Amino acid sequence: MLLIPCPYCGPREEVEFACGGEAHIARPANSDRLSDAQWSDYLFMRKNPKGVHYERWNHARGCRRWFNVARDTVTHRIYAVYKMGEAPPSVTP
Amino acid sequence: MVEAYLRRGPLAHRSLPSRIEADGPRKSAAGLWLAWRPHRAQVNLRGDASDAAFIGAVRQAIGIDLPLKANTTSGGGDVKALWLGPDEWLVVARDGREGDLAAALRQALAGMHAAVTDNSEARTVIAIAGPRARELMAKATPLDPHPRVFGPGACAQTVFAKAAAIIDQIDDAPTFELYVLNSFADYLWAWLERAGEEYAIAVVE
Ligand SMILES: [Zn+2]
Repeated sequence: MLLIPCPYCGPREEVEFACGGEAHIARPANSDRLSDAQWSDYLFMRKNPKGVHYERWNHARGCRRWFNVARDTVTHRIYAVYKMGEAPPSVTP
Repeated sequence: MVEAYLRRGPLAHRSLPSRIEADGPRKSAAGLWLAWRPHRAQVNLRGDASDAAFIGAVRQAIGIDLPLKANTTSGGGDVKALWLGPDEWLVVARDGREGDLAAALRQALAGMHAAVTDNSEARTVIAIAGPRARELMAKATPLDPHPRVFGPGACAQTVFAKAAAIIDQIDDAPTFELYVLNSFADYLWAWLERAGEEYAIAVVE
């Protein structure tokens, strides 16, 4: 069980949250000119790091807001939590 | 507002009035008091908390300042506001006020980037009180119910026995009011009867 610090509500248990996968994936502006390979890369291909991962979480059973989390996929340690639209903080494990 | 003759709360079939009568003599010995508050005006309000014009218009419409601190409430006389999110509140009052509260808010917020939605028929209220109420809260929710972090004036959206709920601690008894979706109310009441057994339950008014 993770204790996740929602940037609005403070620390809450993992059961209240839903993970939304990798963060900071921008939708290509020129999607009509992309090849199928480029489009599928945007749609489906995700990083799968062993270590720090920047991901989106939703406080689904709480304030229902989306935010970002920098989490270590090995230790589950949460290094940073930051709001949507904010730049990812640099994290040294 | 639903026509009165169609209106039946989700726990109506449980014959709680006769339970209240039967449990009366046992109330002082019970550790947990359960009550059902079937209908309440509940208006969902969304808007920009950092906009003084929005906050001012709400104050003018319903007479209270919205709580801006996360997981807190404001007001509490006729009208009360529960913080649900950084731009979302639940305005509650006695049953029957939903129409005039929503109309007053809509009028005051006309032209602003805001939303007013009457959600009164979505949820019912179950009150949990008594000397062992905090122990039951600890068992039902992942929240920390210790008075150091959760006291009167605190509210939270969380899971209660796996169902989504809004919890509002209304006094030091302590009394916790649980806003739950009508369709979950019967399940939650059954869960409370079972989980609260060890504290000795009295159903109260
Ligand atoms: Zn939250």
